[in-house]
Amino acid sequence: MGFFQTNLPYILAGISVGGQYALIAIGYTLVYGILRLINFAHGDIFMTAGFMMVYLSASLPLWLSIPLVILLTVLLGFLVERIAYKPLRKAPRMSIMISAIGVSYLIQNCAWYVTSGLAKQFPVIPWISDSVTVFSATTKVVTILTPVFTLGLVAALVLLIRHTKIGMAMRAVSRDFETSQLMGIKINSVISTTFIIGSFLAAVGSILYFTNYTTVTPTAGSMPGLKAFVAAVFGGIGSIPGAVLGAFLIGICENIIKGLGWTTFSDAFTFALLIVILIARPTGLFGEKSMDKV
Amino acid sequence: MKKIIGMHLILSLVLLTAAGCSSTPTGKSGGGNVIRIGVYEPSSGDNGAGGKQEILGIEYANAVVNTVEIGGKPYKIQLEIVDNESSTDKGPSAASSLVSAKCSAAIGSYGSSVSIAASDVFRNAGIPVIGPSCTNPQVTLGNTHYFRVCYLDPFQGTVLANFAADNFQAKKAYILTKLGDDYSAGLGNYFKTAFTGMGGTVVEENFQEGNSDFTAYLATATNEGADVIFAPTSTEAASLIIGQAASQDIGIPLLAGDTWDSSVILDAAKGSGQKVFVSTFFDEGDDSAAGSRFVTDFKTWLSKNPAKRNNNGGNHIVAAVSALGYDAYMTAIEAVKTAGSADPTAVNDALWNVKYAGVTGDISFDKNGDAIREEAYIKQANNSDGTWKFVGIQGVN
Amino acid sequence: MKMKNKIITAVVLIMALFVLLLALERILPPSSMLFVVLKKGAIYALVAVSMNLLNGFTGLFSLGQAGFMLIGAYTYAILTIPMEARGMVYQYFDGGIVPLALPVILAIPLAGLVTAIFAYLIGLPVLRLKSDYLAIATLGFAEIIRAILQWDKLGPITNGSNLLKLYPVFTSVIFPFAVTGVCIAIIVLLINSSYGRAFKAIREDETAAEAMGINLAHHKQLSFTISSFFAGIGGALLAMYQTTVQASAFRATMTYEILLIVVIGGIGSVTGSCISSFLFIACSEWWLRFLDNTIFIGNFQVPLLGPGFRKVVFSVIVMIIVLFYSRGIMGTKELSLEGLYQFLRKRSEKKKKGDVPA
Repeated sequence: MGFFQTNLPYILAGISVGGQYALIAIGYTLVYGILRLINFAHGDIFMTAGFMMVYLSASLPLWLSIPLVILLTVLLGFLVERIAYKPLRKAPRMSIMISAIGVSYLIQNCAWYVTSGLAKQFPVIPWISDSVTVFSATTKVVTILTPVFTLGLVAALVLLIRHTKIGMAMRAVSRDFETSQLMGIKINSVISTTFIIGSFLAAVGSILYFTNYTTVTPTAGSMPGLKAFVAAVFGGIGSIPGAVLGAFLIGICENIIKGLGWTTFSDAFTFALLIVILIARPTGLFGEKSMDKV
Repeated sequence: MKKIIGMHLILSLVLLTAAGCSSTPTGKSGGGNVIRIGVYEPSSGDNGAGGKQEILGIEYANAVVNTVEIGGKPYKIQLEIVDNESSTDKGPSAASSLVSAKCSAAIGSYGSSVSIAASDVFRNAGIPVIGPSCTNPQVTLGNTHYFRVCYLDPFQGTVLANFAADNFQAKKAYILTKLGDDYSAGLGNYFKTAFTGMGGTVVEENFQEGNSDFTAYLATATNEGADVIFAPTSTEAASLIIGQAASQDIGIPLLAGDTWDSSVILDAAKGSGQKVFVSTFFDEGDDSAAGSRFVTDFKTWLSKNPAKRNNNGGNHIVAAVSALGYDAYMTAIEAVKTAGSADPTAVNDALWNVKYAGVTGDISFDKNGDAIREEAYIKQANNSDGTWKFVGIQGVN
Repeated sequence: MKMKNKIITAVVLIMALFVLLLALERILPPSSMLFVVLKKGAIYALVAVSMNLLNGFTGLFSLGQAGFMLIGAYTYAILTIPMEARGMVYQYFDGGIVPLALPVILAIPLAGLVTAIFAYLIGLPVLRLKSDYLAIATLGFAEIIRAILQWDKLGPITNGSNLLKLYPVFTSVIFPFAVTGVCIAIIVLLINSSYGRAFKAIREDETAAEAMGINLAHHKQLSFTISSFFAGIGGALLAMYQTTVQASAFRATMTYEILLIVVIGGIGSVTGSCISSFLFIACSEWWLRFLDNTIFIGNFQVPLLGPGFRKVVFSVIVMIIVLFYSRGIMGTKELSLEGLYQFLRKRSEKKKKGDVPA
């Protein structure tokens, strides 16, 4: 019991941050499955949602700003896809990745400029920011809420993909891009829908994340974004349950490493995990067997 | 069609560049004698918030004392402000642009690493620099062109260790520093030396850039039974640490150095039960004549300029670094007056003997170029109304 | 033009360049921003060409340049800090444990060599991966390297989180140009050799290359190691330029900047990378600086201008180039007198015929 007691805060923190990574990771895995593109800008869209919340809630009441933030983030994701990725669909793989890096750079610099480099405090959302005691560790309600929310949203998403027409279209496009086009599937709508879903989850994730870690800075999205991508690869690109599992695993392990005292290497661990999984089992834990040579 | 857009873009870029090359950075030039003082501060990056507040102090000082008489002729004092982006690889180029602008002296920077990084650029050009708040000893060690008006980290670390031992009877301290930040690592080191020298024990940990989750670190502090947590970090990490310490309800007081003297910390601590103590250079409630007059006039100046108030974090609370920036400017002008010339070398020589009664205390430099300082202010964040509560003046025992 | 004439022309041009640089040093004051741009531009040109060798010529998308530059910079700094200064630099580690200080001429190639060794070791597991995963894996390794070099336990060697300084630096602009010139010359020779052709074959179609008898693993490893060797030398030069080295400055952002330089210059063009490196540095450090200051026309404050605007404008320009001019300035071609002559002749011919696209 003593072991559990000392380590409970770490495990709780791990579950909470894992859930937030999971919401971002789903965005990555969906986009990669369809476009074979690592959307470097996804982490920055997550960060922008945080800033939008800060600015909107300064003038509007919370019950209005939350839906508005979600709407604007979705719009941002949609625009990014239309402006920066659509023109390069026929171009070689490297060009579109460079475009993603360019968009990420642009969004970060815009955030620096608008906020004048000062970190902003995220507004306090009542009830979910309250403290609660779990066994012996004190933490915020949002820590407990995050895994519940995450699992709920993931379940809804899986239902969407399995049982709706658009979900079937998404599965078809990620299986074979060109043939789906020939079969009459509207590629543009499918891709836009993917980005919309991804941005929606990123917006929800950002509200949960920044309620827990209340400071928003322009670079707040890059590390979580990168770790979420590692989680997606770990779980298997194209598999949503895999991405979620990978995210929770990374969140918990990261915090246990900090708890053990190897704090210098908590980030390095995530990347080491990535390299190990890419060498040992490149398709990830639940990934589909692909025919390409990896 | 693409080619037309391309041509137009290139044309407009060329025009903008031509406009930029011809105009001097801060507006009107020509007509009358001008002496330039360079301002080498971060306006963006990790230290952007503190850098902006320091610039405010310097700008206010420029508004108060706008001309200086050299050789019987009045010279207008013009500020050349560059942004070093809190980055040691962008800093030297920013410093070079100040050198190109022919400054007689420079003031900077908030953040010891960028100060050290650009030191050689200024030295090779013969321009003296006054550091308002960079506390790492390496800034002035081994050179004759860098001065500073604040105290040093060895002093600050010892002061805080004494405070921890005296006020909390602390026997064990948990030190949390940022990996890769030599201000953080250095100050942590000095605190550790002083604290263990008094018979205490320490637990040291560090966190990486971009880390937002401090629950694990705070849990370790609790598990180890630390009496105080010493966390010399930047303001961003500070607000995260305070917020998470409050929600975890750890009940251990937080101690930090001068970087935490900012309204960001006050906002984070407000409404919670978390005790936060900082050591700093200046207190708003200072009841010396010079200090209180500075506070009143500075606040008036801020309320007349909403843009400036924004740079101050959107409020009127006077940051210690603004007071230091003010004093650094005044010291520089004092040196120019004594030297009787705008030549950088003459100003440099004059600085060694300058004596100026500043708002942060009397300023005169020792053989290293450091201001002689014997005491630090300790303040506590007031959890109920979000202001600073003056605790006391601490020296070294 | 015959081969011999080409070489003679090239040599003459290079000598003219050095004479020009010497003249500039005499004429302009040493604090001029032009020298900042020339020095930094030369260093970034070297790193950009090394990245181009890997990304452009061999088709391996790697994002680990910043990590390799970091290793090169640290190796150079650690090996050249004079013994008397060690106490001051390693002040928290009692002078550190490195027992020697090497001369600059030895330390620079050694910096490259140490980087190449690390690259070889990293390449063993990583080069098997597909392009996207290779990018993330190399990015991850760069972060791991940064964490290790900042580790306190390695403090006696690397000085932990603190700056390294007081090592020998250069003052003239000739030095970086000379070193960069030699390195780029070696890279160009490599590209024009049979190894270079093998790299290009791998970029075009791996399966076909393998079928033609090219050992994929061996050549990929070779390209990776050589590219990192020059990135390490670039890192050492950057350390000399900055006069201080701190690990936290070598972030992923630095790699992105170099990638953007390569893209703007043209993936697969060495001269393109060189030209765009100078343009990039000039724009971001010199020409666009005025955008950071609030400019008043009379009493009217021009909107939008303020700190940070320079970077926004810069990012927008970069995005425009990536989206509309994705082939870059030079595409895959190299700059040559012949090409320039043809280009001008074609333009004048088209003008005469009256159908220059409007």
